[in-house]
Amino acid sequence: MTEAVVPAAATPPAKPGVVVRAARFWRSLSLSGRVGLALVAFWVATAVVGPLLAPYEVGAIVAPDVFEGFSAAHPLGSDYLGRDVLSRVLSGARYTVGLALAAAVLASTTGTALALFAAVSGRWIDEALSRVMDAFISIPSKVLALVMVAAFGSSIPLLLVIAAVTYVPGAYRIARSMAVNLNEMDYVQAARARGEGRFYLARAEILPNMIHPMLADFGLRFVFVVLLLSGLSFLGLGVQPPNADLGSLVRENTSGLGDGALAVLAPALAIATLTIGVNLLIDALPGRARRIQGEA
Amino acid sequence: MGDQVLVEGLRVTARDDQGRSVTIVKDVSFSVPKGEVLALIGESGSGKTTIALALMGYARAGCRIAGGTIQVGETDVLSLDADQLTTYRGATVAYVAQSAAAAFNPSKTIMDQVVEPATIHGLLTRKAAEAKAVELFHALALPDPEHIGRRYPHQVSGGQLQRLMAAMALITDPALVILDEPTTALDVTTQIEALRAFKKVVRDRGATAVYVSHDLAVVAQMADRIIVLKNGEMREAGATEQVLHAPKDVYTQTLMAAARPQVRGVAAPEPGGVLPPLLEVRDLTAGYGRPGADGLPRIPVLRDVDLRIERGATLGVIGESGSGKSTLARVVAGLLPAARGSVLLNGQVLPPTLAARTRDQLRRIQIVFQNADTALNPGHSVERILGRPLELYHGLKGEARDRRVAELLDLIRLPAALAGRRAGELSGGQKQRINLARALAAEPDLILCDEVTSALDTVVAAAILDLMAELRRELGVSFMFISHDISTVRAICDDIAVLYAGRKVETGNRAAFQSPPFHPYTDLLIASVPEMRRGWLEETPAREARSPIASASNSDQICGFLDRCPLRVAGVCDVTAPPRVRLAQGAEVLCHRSEADLAAARLGRSAGTA
Repeated sequence: MTEAVVPAAATPPAKPGVVVRAARFWRSLSLSGRVGLALVAFWVATAVVGPLLAPYEVGAIVAPDVFEGFSAAHPLGSDYLGRDVLSRVLSGARYTVGLALAAAVLASTTGTALALFAAVSGRWIDEALSRVMDAFISIPSKVLALVMVAAFGSSIPLLLVIAAVTYVPGAYRIARSMAVNLNEMDYVQAARARGEGRFYLARAEILPNMIHPMLADFGLRFVFVVLLLSGLSFLGLGVQPPNADLGSLVRENTSGLGDGALAVLAPALAIATLTIGVNLLIDALPGRARRIQGEA
Repeated sequence: MGDQVLVEGLRVTARDDQGRSVTIVKDVSFSVPKGEVLALIGESGSGKTTIALALMGYARAGCRIAGGTIQVGETDVLSLDADQLTTYRGATVAYVAQSAAAAFNPSKTIMDQVVEPATIHGLLTRKAAEAKAVELFHALALPDPEHIGRRYPHQVSGGQLQRLMAAMALITDPALVILDEPTTALDVTTQIEALRAFKKVVRDRGATAVYVSHDLAVVAQMADRIIVLKNGEMREAGATEQVLHAPKDVYTQTLMAAARPQVRGVAAPEPGGVLPPLLEVRDLTAGYGRPGADGLPRIPVLRDVDLRIERGATLGVIGESGSGKSTLARVVAGLLPAARGSVLLNGQVLPPTLAARTRDQLRRIQIVFQNADTALNPGHSVERILGRPLELYHGLKGEARDRRVAELLDLIRLPAALAGRRAGELSGGQKQRINLARALAAEPDLILCDEVTSALDTVVAAAILDLMAELRRELGVSFMFISHDISTVRAICDDIAVLYAGRKVETGNRAAFQSPPFHPYTDLLIASVPEMRRGWLEETPAREARSPIASASNSDQICGFLDRCPLRVAGVCDVTAPPRVRLAQGAEVLCHRSEADLAAARLGRSAGTA
């Protein structure tokens, strides 16, 4: 894809190429893949323009009562302080999609890159890296987060780093086990005997054959990061009030569940559709590769 | 009596990628009288295994038995429901699969697994079943039949495991036994023992069997009747004698022709007087594991191997699995550094590791792996696979590269349109050609071919061998042809080296390998290759398993073949290392016996069997 996008940006006539490719991509997806893609696109769009569409200020107490039901003034009701839930969800999506997605991408790419490096670099580097990762796994993530927040103060970049650091070792472990197996395949041996460098082996021979399992792993990890971030927010270490990510929107309104409050519904649905969408899309991707082969 | 198995109008369909229904077995009808062995032969994709599985009332995922009737004994197989099928399988029909190693559960003892079919179907009590199993172990000529059942699958050899699987199949005295390529994965020397055992139990017990194989010579030993299949259709059916010696169908004739190795020799180049040989291997010792105090690896695989390949010549390296032949290729290619000894290319010592070799040295030696399925990156296009070495070694880019890729495809007789395809979409033979073309792209001096035809069907393999002969003639490339198949090696190689347990036990040119005397191991290899005629198995004398000598395995100085050698001399062979002896025909053997002894042993045996 990137190969096509870069020339398209440079030379206008190539632009239809992107459209055609996008259309072909859409057609190649299965129904569930299309649903996933639509959901992901919806939430990414919300993250970008959501705050602009929000009818009220995020932190403003605008409703006359707490835990109000759905109404014309407040389509998704009001929360435990009487704030507009729709506005809060529209703003919260930015944190969840931006932060969680960024952290999951960071964790998966770092983990995969380190794993590839370990697999093609020989025993000592592999051992050293793997033991360091094992050490990271042994640190409870919440405690690590507490220490880091205590030391540096809560900020968005710090949350990103915490979430990424927490999930890199897991991604590394999975990627390494696959990379080590692939490294013994004959085609990698053949490339090695040809005199290819490590970078080429990792990039051209090993990575393409482990990318789909890693994407599936990424989908799972994304959900974990959403949970981690809302956990941190619950402890007061995450996104700072009055802002809130989707996870904390659920958390802060759970007290109303006993009274049948609807405030928790919208953010919960938002998380559900986002994570399901990401996973549906990713699951459809390996199928896509096969179908395009069939067309060729 | 009548027919034990009756199949009429069998049709099996499968769904392809687009979800269309494809018929993979078309209107197949045959019958097997009680006590007879029917062979189904054909290349991969001919539907032979699909038919065999259909006899068990089973179709693989995505396949469906679409029509016809199958009658085994009294049972109409296709009318059975799931519960009845469970009873039918194992009790009425039994299956011996190609890979016994994969079919046995590694965490249960052999006896537990062999008696299982009888006990779960409630046919025999555990005690009776065990007694019967031991009886079968005797019949199958397994070592220590009384106690072998107590072992676990990893504690017996592959050939023994295959025979144990036959015991498992026969314990219920099934109406039909299906043997699906049961010896294909075995070495020739092991295969002959397994075949002998199968034949004996099938005959003694009057079992009715369907034998699935692609190997005509093996089938000739086992079958009463043969059905030749191609693309799911029956091409020829008849008695073994008739199909083997007077095949009517064109396809059967092709199959027969491909099975007989033709001499594809190219005039062997004269050893260049002044020039050093292209490749020379001196006193090579290599293996795996950390080197010990003596500088040798913990698990030595190759010991003191000397070889040379002249420019434009083909050296065949043969031996059974574990003999170190693949390791030799890996050492020469630089994938595995040698512990001792050296590899010389054009008279210059090659550095042992890949990293230390120059790009030009790497280019000159190319390795072609055995399994083209795993040797080509399934995600890469043919263009990319062939283009990469062109870029790397010759700096070709863009149009020049594309043109060369097209030339290479032409050279290996594949259409240029294939360039855009991914490796995963090609057939086995096409993959092996691409595999070879990738090596050719480097324009090497030497190509190391590691069992390149072993995973292919006979017809496809013959085409690959033809291609190699052509490339030798046209490009003057040298080959190191590694194989376990001595008949192929004898047909295409100028010089031959025989490896046993990591030592070179015999070397010589092709002429020297055509007639005795041979090293006893070479002799065993040659005698174990099935001939395409009935009765060969009976005529070939059984090699009684001689008891291993306890002291022998400890010392790595004395002859490694000692335990299996029919010619060993007590007090000599188990005490001192064998000398390298040059025979009159030019071969060099590693043996204590004199040339006359070696020749006499061979003659004595042929006389005994005539």
